[in-house]
Amino acid sequence: MCLAIPGKIVDIFERDGLKMAKVDYGGIFRETCLEYVPEAQVGEYCVVHVGFAISLLDEQDAMESLELLKQISDIEEELGKDTP
Amino acid sequence: MKYVNEYRDAELVHGVIEEIRRTVTHPWVLMEICGGQTHAIVRHGIDQLLPPEIELVHGPGCPVCVTPLELIDKALTIAASPDVVFCSYGDMLRVPGSGRDLFSIKAQGGDVRVVYSPLDAVKLAQQNPDKQVVFFAIGFETTAPPNVMSILQAQRLGLTNYSVLISHVRVPPAIKAILSSPQNRVQGFLLAGHVSAVMGYWEYSPLVDEFKIPMVVTGFEPLDIVQGILKTVQLLEAGKVEVANAYSRAVNFDGNLPAQKTINQVFYECDRKWRGIGMIPMSGWGLRPEFDAFNAEKRFDVGAIHTQESSLCIAGQILQGLKKPHDCPAFGKECTTENPLGATMVSSEGACAAYYRYGRVELNQKVEQV
Amino acid sequence: MSEETVNIEGAVCAPPLPHSEQIVMGHGAGGRMSHQLIQKAFVSVFQNPALQTGDDAAMLQPVPGMQLSISTDSHVVTPLFFPGGDIGRLAVCGTVNDVAMLGAKPLYLTAGFILEEGLEMSTLQRVIASMQAAAQEANVQIVAGDTKVVQKGKADGLYITTAGVGIIPIGTNVSGAQAKPGDMIILSGSIGDHGIAVLGARGELGFQSTIQSDVAPLNHLIEAMLHASQNIHVLRDPTRGGLATTLNEIATQSNVGIMLDEKTLPIHPEVAAACEMLGFDPLYIANEGKLVAMVSREDAESVLRAMRVTRYGEDAVIIGEVTAEPRGRVLLKTSLGSTRVVDMLAGEMLPRIC
Repeated sequence: MCLAIPGKIVDIFERDGLKMAKVDYGGIFRETCLEYVPEAQVGEYCVVHVGFAISLLDEQDAMESLELLKQISDIEEELGKDTP
Repeated sequence: MKYVNEYRDAELVHGVIEEIRRTVTHPWVLMEICGGQTHAIVRHGIDQLLPPEIELVHGPGCPVCVTPLELIDKALTIAASPDVVFCSYGDMLRVPGSGRDLFSIKAQGGDVRVVYSPLDAVKLAQQNPDKQVVFFAIGFETTAPPNVMSILQAQRLGLTNYSVLISHVRVPPAIKAILSSPQNRVQGFLLAGHVSAVMGYWEYSPLVDEFKIPMVVTGFEPLDIVQGILKTVQLLEAGKVEVANAYSRAVNFDGNLPAQKTINQVFYECDRKWRGIGMIPMSGWGLRPEFDAFNAEKRFDVGAIHTQESSLCIAGQILQGLKKPHDCPAFGKECTTENPLGATMVSSEGACAAYYRYGRVELNQKVEQV
Repeated sequence: MSEETVNIEGAVCAPPLPHSEQIVMGHGAGGRMSHQLIQKAFVSVFQNPALQTGDDAAMLQPVPGMQLSISTDSHVVTPLFFPGGDIGRLAVCGTVNDVAMLGAKPLYLTAGFILEEGLEMSTLQRVIASMQAAAQEANVQIVAGDTKVVQKGKADGLYITTAGVGIIPIGTNVSGAQAKPGDMIILSGSIGDHGIAVLGARGELGFQSTIQSDVAPLNHLIEAMLHASQNIHVLRDPTRGGLATTLNEIATQSNVGIMLDEKTLPIHPEVAAACEMLGFDPLYIANEGKLVAMVSREDAESVLRAMRVTRYGEDAVIIGEVTAEPRGRVLLKTSLGSTRVVDMLAGEMLPRIC
């Protein structure tokens, strides 16, 4: 039920009364419906399932938690070196 | 791909696994709900990398697998009807009904089309006014907003030749059914990340209170999965019982409110039969009567359906996490991906298919540290 | 009563239309229309002595001291033209490559056409021109052919069946059954390009990309490789079913195991993105301009060097090795360090929602 991937909104338009976007999935583009994320702006990342954005990706949250994990990983590497 | 590749970083994944190893003092049985998570675990061999105390059992989160046999047979009958264009998500095409599947209907001349998005089915209805376009609207909560939008859009466009065959199921009642079973061994849940992107995770608090089992919203990439496992293990080791969110970049507590509102506008909660498991009360969604015009079950008279499930298939027990695929005597013998007996072998997210395709080879290899 | 004067002397029987814009049933009847089509559309483009004799078969001279390699393929691709190629180029390269994978020098091709009534003549001409260009690139001649016309709706435009023949020096033994434990596995370039390019061109799944099919003749690359080493045991092009299926076939044929390293697999980022979106695995997607080689360990580096300075081999890379066990199985070491089995493709690849 859950194959959804992040993509970047590069253009927003209307088709047949629906708010739509052209989304960039790393070089592949597809039309995506934004009706469920009406606040979405060009340049933002959304999580897309079967051609519909189901949520916006919180980039700040993503960056922060990845950074935290990198720091933990670095510390562990250090600890690993010190372990006899 | 941005926001995908970072979550496959081997160093970060192993860092979290090390943390799990340091945290765990006790064996724990965890269940991941979503078939997409099962697929990711088996594809990346994550269960091989975890400390032996952690046992992962696979849940019923594969809408393809749990669609009732009667409904598949109804779909096959409709798809075989003249002047019908039957649209479906790809994974449904191979699911066996009683002796046939959509592929065989196609081979006999039925117009069966794979669509990526339900809006593509609506477009087909616009382009083929002389045909009846029927869309097989299956899914968990994640797929409900797209499926219902197709109905609303068809209504807005004034289409009279579009209808949907609904098979929607919901996660919280499934969890309740699993936890209520006297044979339940699950001690912690990895909740389906994208279901929660739509629904939030407020629905799980009452379940956590009732059954005293921690539940963690978990994503789909290797880093997401091990972080979900870490959080669950941390809660279990600390004796804490709560709902936590390990997929916060995509999920928040309330979920997607416009999506939930639209779902409620078109669907109502109802009892649903789960293939292999049986009836779970209020575990499904049905189409509200005001949308009867778009309900394929009302539009097509499919007659009496006599279903016939393979007696060898134990998919139901696998979907509840009670057995593993290799516990089934037919696994890999009578039942293979080329000749599936039940839905868990057909769908690429079914536990049996995942185990079979990615091969559960007995390997006595040391895990290489990156 | 009509006032018109009847002009008996002016009466003429309307001559049949020349039908130069589209294929019609008459083109397949074997009469004058067929002959004109063959001359104008095929022979004048494929220009070679064997074809120009006008016989029903080509007379060729055997080469003393050589074995023969012969192969055949049918091509039914939709759409006929896709980014990076077309059915004509696919037909020529497909058969050139199959013949060459035995270590043969491809020489001659035949081409049978099934044309759909209503096919635009200009479409046919484009396809034939593309075939000739591919044949010239591969340095082969198309020496015999056949044309049939079927009713509208029965051929997706056109189908092509090609057969090819090549020569192999005696003593060459390149075969899917020859892989030896310890051999290194070399892949000539990125996987999944052709399959995704065609899927995108079909438009059913609604995505746009700039991915081009990799369709190409690989015989010159193979020649360079054979020049660099006498110890190339296996050559194969991973077409339908993808790299995974091809490697499984070889593992079974040679009764060996294969261990791949996921980190080394070359995948174009756009192909990877399309696969993520649809839930596909690039290991199972068709390629039409790539080869996989199993080479003895000591020669692997020199073969790789030779490939990297030859057209279509610039991005060649070692992706794994042949093992003694588990026999008939292909394993993959994931980028996380775990191991999983890579099975053959079962049935059609379908986009998934889970």
